[in-house]
Amino acid sequence: MTATMNFGTSSQPSPFAPPADDVRPDVPRVLVKTTPDDRLSFWGSLVGSGALVWLLYTQILPFSGRVGFVILWYGAFLAMYAGVTAMGNPATVVLDRLMGAIIRGGAYVVFGTLATAVVFTGAKGVEALSNLNFFTDDMAGVRPTDDLSMGGVVHAMVGSMIEIGIAVAVTLPLGIGAAVYMNEVGGPLARVVRTIVEAMTALPSIVAGLFIYTVLIVTLGVSRTGIAAAMAIAIMMLPIIARSADVVLRVMPGGLREASLALGATKWQTVRQVVLPTVRPGLATALILGIARGVGETSPVLLTSGASTYFNANPFNEPMNSLPLYVFAAVRSGEPLYIARGFGAAAVLMVLVLILFIITRILARQKVGRR
Amino acid sequence: MATVTESAPAAAAPPDTTDVPRGIDPGLAREDKVFFVAARTVGIVVLAIMGSIGVFLGYQSIPTLSRYGASFFTESQWQPENDVLGISAVLVGTFTVALVALVIAFPLALTSAIYISEYATSRVKRLLVSVIDLMAAVPSIIWGLWGFFLLQPKAIHAAHWLHTHVGWLPFFNVDTDPDSASWAQSRYAASAFIAGIAVSMMVLPMAAAVMIHVFGQAPIGEREAALGLGSTRWGMVRTVVLPFGRGGIIGGSMLSLGRALGETIAVVLIISPAFDIKFRPLEVGTNTVAALIAGRFGEATSSQLSALLTAGFVLFIITLIINTLAAMIVARSRSGAQE
Amino acid sequence: MTEAGLVSPPSFEITSPLSRMAPTTTVRALQVPQSSSISVREIDREAPYDRAAHHGAGQLEARDVSAWFGSNKVLERVNLTMPANAVTALIGPSGCGKSTFLRVLNRMHELVPSAQLAGEVMLDNQDIYAPGTRITETRKRIGMVFQKPNPFPTMSLADNVTAGLKLNGIKVAKGDREALIERSLTRAGLWKEVKDRLKEPGGALSGGQQQRLCIARSLAIEPEVLLMDEPCSALDPTSTRRVEETIMEIKQQVTVVIVTHNMQQAARVSQKCAFFLAEMGTPGGIVEAGDTAQIFNDPRDPRTNDYVNGRFG
Repeated sequence: MTATMNFGTSSQPSPFAPPADDVRPDVPRVLVKTTPDDRLSFWGSLVGSGALVWLLYTQILPFSGRVGFVILWYGAFLAMYAGVTAMGNPATVVLDRLMGAIIRGGAYVVFGTLATAVVFTGAKGVEALSNLNFFTDDMAGVRPTDDLSMGGVVHAMVGSMIEIGIAVAVTLPLGIGAAVYMNEVGGPLARVVRTIVEAMTALPSIVAGLFIYTVLIVTLGVSRTGIAAAMAIAIMMLPIIARSADVVLRVMPGGLREASLALGATKWQTVRQVVLPTVRPGLATALILGIARGVGETSPVLLTSGASTYFNANPFNEPMNSLPLYVFAAVRSGEPLYIARGFGAAAVLMVLVLILFIITRILARQKVGRR
Repeated sequence: MATVTESAPAAAAPPDTTDVPRGIDPGLAREDKVFFVAARTVGIVVLAIMGSIGVFLGYQSIPTLSRYGASFFTESQWQPENDVLGISAVLVGTFTVALVALVIAFPLALTSAIYISEYATSRVKRLLVSVIDLMAAVPSIIWGLWGFFLLQPKAIHAAHWLHTHVGWLPFFNVDTDPDSASWAQSRYAASAFIAGIAVSMMVLPMAAAVMIHVFGQAPIGEREAALGLGSTRWGMVRTVVLPFGRGGIIGGSMLSLGRALGETIAVVLIISPAFDIKFRPLEVGTNTVAALIAGRFGEATSSQLSALLTAGFVLFIITLIINTLAAMIVARSRSGAQE
Repeated sequence: MTEAGLVSPPSFEITSPLSRMAPTTTVRALQVPQSSSISVREIDREAPYDRAAHHGAGQLEARDVSAWFGSNKVLERVNLTMPANAVTALIGPSGCGKSTFLRVLNRMHELVPSAQLAGEVMLDNQDIYAPGTRITETRKRIGMVFQKPNPFPTMSLADNVTAGLKLNGIKVAKGDREALIERSLTRAGLWKEVKDRLKEPGGALSGGQQQRLCIARSLAIEPEVLLMDEPCSALDPTSTRRVEETIMEIKQQVTVVIVTHNMQQAARVSQKCAFFLAEMGTPGGIVEAGDTAQIFNDPRDPRTNDYVNGRFG
């Protein structure tokens, strides 16, 4: 079995010499991952089940028009796909295709539903948004039944900004400071802090609102103002920001800290010049996600601030409206025009969250290669 | 060298007192001492703030519990004017809504997590992970609007269909006649079912994100072993990824359960408050602790406020227990052990 | 299209439990015509995969195989025939594409999203990359043992051995199952050590035992070729020796292609050898290939001579 063996073209001493007569061009092949059977089974089942359900649909009472049709079609498609595959393939292939279809179906439902929510809000809000006064006026003196060319949400937008600004001013230093404490100083007390922080992320936002309502408004007699709402938002945001910052600091490679200390730097210098700059993108992401959460939560502000109609930039003595609160009051009013305004404000809220989110993505991407 | 003469047998050597750890003075620079003090102060402030919330809630529960005793947990009606207060109905409602939410969110989160983690190409995957994170950031009021205006008309028909075909199960029953020609649509509106669907959309991105993270940590060696044996993609997922990610699947679902219990605005917008202990989510009328607080805080006297705070405290404790269990399950799993 | 002078696979019966069973799965034969016009009827025809005809080792042949990761070319026109019932060793210094070439042979290379390849890989004269071939079927016929042992930790030892059967949907009767497990573990040289421990989890063994378990797992599905990617590099010398003994025993039934850094190992176990090299910055390729004895004692290329005499690598 030894001497008679040949290795194909190994009589050529090296493959690096260009081939004498070019056998085939050395270009990558296009690999087709699916067999014709894969493709035909899929499309055949899709079309076939659709036709079948279409035929039967006139005989079965639809329970909800299009939705029912789609559900039945999907079920029939799965059955047909599995059946067709089973006719010529082993059970593993049948299961693989079936589960692939189910998994993809679930994912499409999720993303489709998200799309409907976004599109629905946008579509219903367009009516109000197309009036420029929507962004420049407040609702002072505007009746809910007034035409959409009157009134706007500038007071709610500004209110949201001010409230979230105050909340961030409070929670950002506290949250990051606590995270720095937990990670850079450590010790048994730090472990207690971490436990409490994690526990408080379970606090429902409505209970945070109720806490502020009881303490500030009822007990201390502070009236329902912007500052109370800001405090409620801050209470809700603080554990989230502290915990996210803690995670970000924890996953930072310890080797960087060690390198800095080995160079003779103090702990404070290490934190300020090595740790914080390294985790800055992660912290920014955590902060912005916390802001998005704070801006969008209605329950804290529901209890602590009033759905005022006039523009107010002073958080200390008078009620201050905010976007989610405006939406809430508007859609519950029952007046179609007011509801339309509510949707407009909801659309503004969504765009705001989307912008914050895109900023997060940009910041997170800057992490690579910019150091 | 002088010889050592030992006349007596060698005595036992005295204990070596020189080989013990020495105290080390860290020799902190002055700025570090300041830094440590400052950091510790911030930590203590945060601890104080958060701890005081918990303490306050607990403290406020004392008058309520001492007044109503165990009936606070068994009484279903909430009529402060008659001095009848109980959270049994709202607790049942809270769990019903959360259960519906979980039943819908769990399979959707699992399938989309498997899809993103195992079936999507890498460019699509990055996009979809961002989409999931964005979905988590969508304000709850948006889902409340979606649920009330867009979903409810369709969901009423779905509830009716369920009632007609599976209504013999008490869970799916509604006390109205489903077979009449003009069946009462309003009996299916404003139910825990519809609220549950809206809440499920809110909590499923959280569960999906945890699952995606955990699936991504399944060791590549085992994946290649399965594929190298000729396994299909689903075979590999079932044999390697899902068992590995079991902790994340359960933990993520429990986290979303915790969030579902506390969800307020979507529920408030959709349901019509009712204080019966019933396990019929398709039927009109239900209430949750969060919705109760949101609905009743305005007109509450101080004793009622204390009762609401007690209800809130109970909700907080339940959510805390679930979150803690979830964290433990994730940490104990194979993926948690790797972190 | 066969090369002149190749030894045809020896014709002897493998009495494996698998061939005694009636196949409960119908697998389409890989007789896919090279033309692109494949009729639907040909595909849907039920042709039970005739294991009896394919038992025993298969011959692998690589023709003009080039490989890329993105735009980075890592293999340049590799031509190699790996004959049946023999052990072919791929030797060469690190980073010259041996492992990449191995992974091309059982279609694991394309798992990397940016991976591309050119050329053909013929298993028994059929291109495994031809459109219409099932990847899972190819990988069943060409098995792989990896550098780092990767038993499934949540499964018992017994379940690990039969994992390949389960993943391929091959049903085994209960009595046959235990015989199959014993046989696979015996072929891998592990049976005596673990026969009382079959219910223990797969991760509870030493490194060498884990690797032999992985070998047993691959053998249980009766592949025609077994690819081994530096299987002993993470093992101690005793385990290495056991694995080498296993390789030399199984070559009667399975063609083995082994990538190894260890020249002495290559000299010990292989009949054929291919020396891979990548000059600075250029894609890797085969410098010289031939009988092991000839490569080691009388290499034709000076670079081969330098390598086998330890002057570099």
